[in-house]
Amino acid sequence: MDWLLPLSGLQLVLDPLGAWFVLIVAIVGVAASVYGVGYASGETASRPVQVALPVFIAAMLLVPAAASVTSFLVFWELMALSSLVLVLSEHRSRPEVRGAGLWYAVMTHLGFLAVLGGLAFFADLAGGQSFSAMRAAGPGLSGLARAAVFALVLVGFGSKAGAVPLHVWLPRAHPEAPSHVSALMSGAMVKLGIYGLVRVVLDLLGGGPAWWGIVVVVVGGISALFGILHAMVSSDLKRLLAYSTTENIGIILVGVGAAMLFGAAGSPVLAAAVLAAALLHSLNHALFKGLLFMGAGSVLHATGTRDLDKMGGLLRRMPWTGALFGLGAVAIAALPPLNGFVSEWLLLQGLVRSFPASNTSIAVMVPIALGAIALTGGLAAAAFVKAFGVGFLAMPRSDEAAHAHESPWSMRTGMALLAAGCVALGVVPSLVLTLLAHALSAVRGVAAPDALGRDSWQLSVSGVGATLAPLLVAVALVVAFVGVAVAARVATRHPRRRTADNWGCGRVGQTPAMEYNATSFAEPVQRVFDDVLRPDLDLQVDHRTESSFFVDRVRYQAVIRDGTEQRIYDPVIKYVRRWGEVARGIQNGSVHRYLAYGLVTVVVVLVVAR
Amino acid sequence: MTVTAVLLGATQVLVVVALAPLLVGVMRRVRARLEGRVGPSVWQPWRDTRKLFRKERIRPMHTSWVFTVAPAVILSTTVVVVAACPLIATQATLGPVGDLFVVVYLLLLGTVALALAGLDPGTAFGGMGASREMTIAALAEPAVLLAVFALSVPAKSSNLGTIVAATIAAPERAVSPASLLALVAFLIVTLAEAGRLPVDNPTTHLELTMIHEAMVLEYAGPDLALVELGAAMRLTVLLGLIASLFIPFGIATSVTGGALVLGFSAFLVKVIALGVGLAVFEVFTAKLRLFRVPELLSVAFILAFLAVVVSFFLS
Repeated sequence: MDWLLPLSGLQLVLDPLGAWFVLIVAIVGVAASVYGVGYASGETASRPVQVALPVFIAAMLLVPAAASVTSFLVFWELMALSSLVLVLSEHRSRPEVRGAGLWYAVMTHLGFLAVLGGLAFFADLAGGQSFSAMRAAGPGLSGLARAAVFALVLVGFGSKAGAVPLHVWLPRAHPEAPSHVSALMSGAMVKLGIYGLVRVVLDLLGGGPAWWGIVVVVVGGISALFGILHAMVSSDLKRLLAYSTTENIGIILVGVGAAMLFGAAGSPVLAAAVLAAALLHSLNHALFKGLLFMGAGSVLHATGTRDLDKMGGLLRRMPWTGALFGLGAVAIAALPPLNGFVSEWLLLQGLVRSFPASNTSIAVMVPIALGAIALTGGLAAAAFVKAFGVGFLAMPRSDEAAHAHESPWSMRTGMALLAAGCVALGVVPSLVLTLLAHALSAVRGVAAPDALGRDSWQLSVSGVGATLAPLLVAVALVVAFVGVAVAARVATRHPRRRTADNWGCGRVGQTPAMEYNATSFAEPVQRVFDDVLRPDLDLQVDHRTESSFFVDRVRYQAVIRDGTEQRIYDPVIKYVRRWGEVARGIQNGSVHRYLAYGLVTVVVVLVVAR
Repeated sequence: MTVTAVLLGATQVLVVVALAPLLVGVMRRVRARLEGRVGPSVWQPWRDTRKLFRKERIRPMHTSWVFTVAPAVILSTTVVVVAACPLIATQATLGPVGDLFVVVYLLLLGTVALALAGLDPGTAFGGMGASREMTIAALAEPAVLLAVFALSVPAKSSNLGTIVAATIAAPERAVSPASLLALVAFLIVTLAEAGRLPVDNPTTHLELTMIHEAMVLEYAGPDLALVELGAAMRLTVLLGLIASLFIPFGIATSVTGGALVLGFSAFLVKVIALGVGLAVFEVFTAKLRLFRVPELLSVAFILAFLAVVVSFFLS
């Protein structure tokens, strides 16, 4: 009779792979909760948020612990619904939140359908819905069935992770959600899409043929490039961060896909190295993206704007937030000595060490993937120079930015926690390597946990022949910095600084209108990638009436819409709407007609079921 | 990593600090001679540095601490790169720091610091320079990393010391197709990374064409000296890297007095020869329009890609 009880039959088993993702959720959860104390008070306080936030975090903690299809789907849906409530929390004050919520709800449920279909089909074939039964049956299923399951879960988990072209909800929902919720969604929730993919494809199905890996690498590479290009040209700070999430998910997917590819080619050591990079990058991204979203939230709190073109000079007005955001920007640009560099290095090494390649698909895919990651890395550096340089340096571009104030201590504490994580994992990644090795050991098709060298101060991929000593890099940088600073101080005859006006070609006084802003900073990249971004440019020049040689006003507008939206989603939405119009015709409000429909239905059912 | 490696690294830093402004002086002199001018003495960059250190320190209005620390950050990333690259001896790699990926990302860190410093004063020029510099750096990144990839395949390691030692052990590798393709890619990228013609003109102060000069426009006095020294050292270490990776002959493979003296002289000769070659090349080259630079960098990318693919099919 216990099936009558609510939630009976739930199966929870936490294995090391799930534990890794629980760790990710927990770290961001703690920091976001501390941050939320200050952020969600005053006018932004909202009762639904206070209720939904713990539910959301609990659901995310339970998803990696689920050990059967039904348990997994229950928590998955609970996570989706509670996050939807959180996204919609500010819908009263800002109508655009509703559109974002609708996109999110539709996308997440289409993804849910795909996951449900894939897992139900898989469980049916495996003859049991517990993960252990599926794990036993997975590798023995027919190739076609395995491919169908792979395709369905790739779509489902890909939409949660925000992989292109299923990412469209991300740049809408993340900016509109309260910032600590954005941090949780971007830092933790999208990672569970990665978890699902690794769990089902590598663990339960036991890996697959090489083309699975190729598909995932291609999706990852496209997501990375597409995401960072849109992040680069975006002037909305939170939208920029959301697109950068798509980029980082792309990098992680390249790692996961390469692990599948190397697994299929029979090199478990390499597979372990790239999968380790993907998992480590998931944690690292949770740290710095959580930090950056919270930083954007502090700016929003202080200035009321997310528009980079209205910011500027915030480092002097919000020194803590500014410095922490700057640290996050350096980390996400994968620069040493912070954590983004460590996982990117591991991924690059894992890819490079696959040469001399064992087959042609590796020989072709790996250099392309490396090129994509390299371009992504360069553009990420440019995008975050823009975010930090335009947002926090130079002169304020609006009154709100000029009167910005530092955020309360709880918000700074939340950010500082994640920033400390970025530094710690950047300098001493061995802190989590044991956990990471355990997580890898729970995945089939990759080598034993010994694949990662666990020296106390350096990171090495044994059997791959690469060593990184992040602590040594950091120490060398600090020693060199101190040395340079001391030497420069000794050599300088007049060490006191005088404040002086900027050089301005003879003009007197400088106004913010003379500054480069986010749009102009991104203009060269926008022009170089014209074919991909396809901006709608509008240049309007008004002349003075006296003479056409004197310009009165110049108005430049560049609207860059998401290409996938225009080419994939718009036609689909149009089609659905047309059928909606048709369906409206049979529903005219007349009770008599509805009764007739009911009668016809009953007759049809009776005839069919006879 | 041993005490020897640290000492060798420190020696290399001292050598490069002393040599870098001199190299710039030599290149200016060669250029001037080819253009029919006498040109300044080769010591002029050093005299400029001394002069700048005697000047007052200026903090432009509206700047933050980012502007103040950026010169030291730029210089210190370059110093770490110099200490970690096998320029004089293969042992001078600071152990695992001398990894090619680490070197590339350290140089990118310096670029980012300079770009932020360009944005900080809020002038149009600084922003323009930063925007252009980051665009070029982003586009150069794939070519650099693929060239690194191609170089690390034969040595089965991306550690610079190992790569150089492997080339010395098998000298025919230096002229393998993969190595030659990677060399050309690396040369193009070096032009972009060091801000030389045809990507950027280091002598211009014409607003529309400046990149590096636009970013450093607000620097004066000792800060400017540090930035200029950083740029000169960056050029020197990039040329030194090309010398070590593609023509490593002469570099010290053991830490004995004779080998080190030979390694030092070989380094000096190779870097100055490359610098003179670059100066001659610059005399005959016009600066490219900014939006033609991506084409040049995509050529480098394709060559590096070919180098990787060739290393697969010809191995």
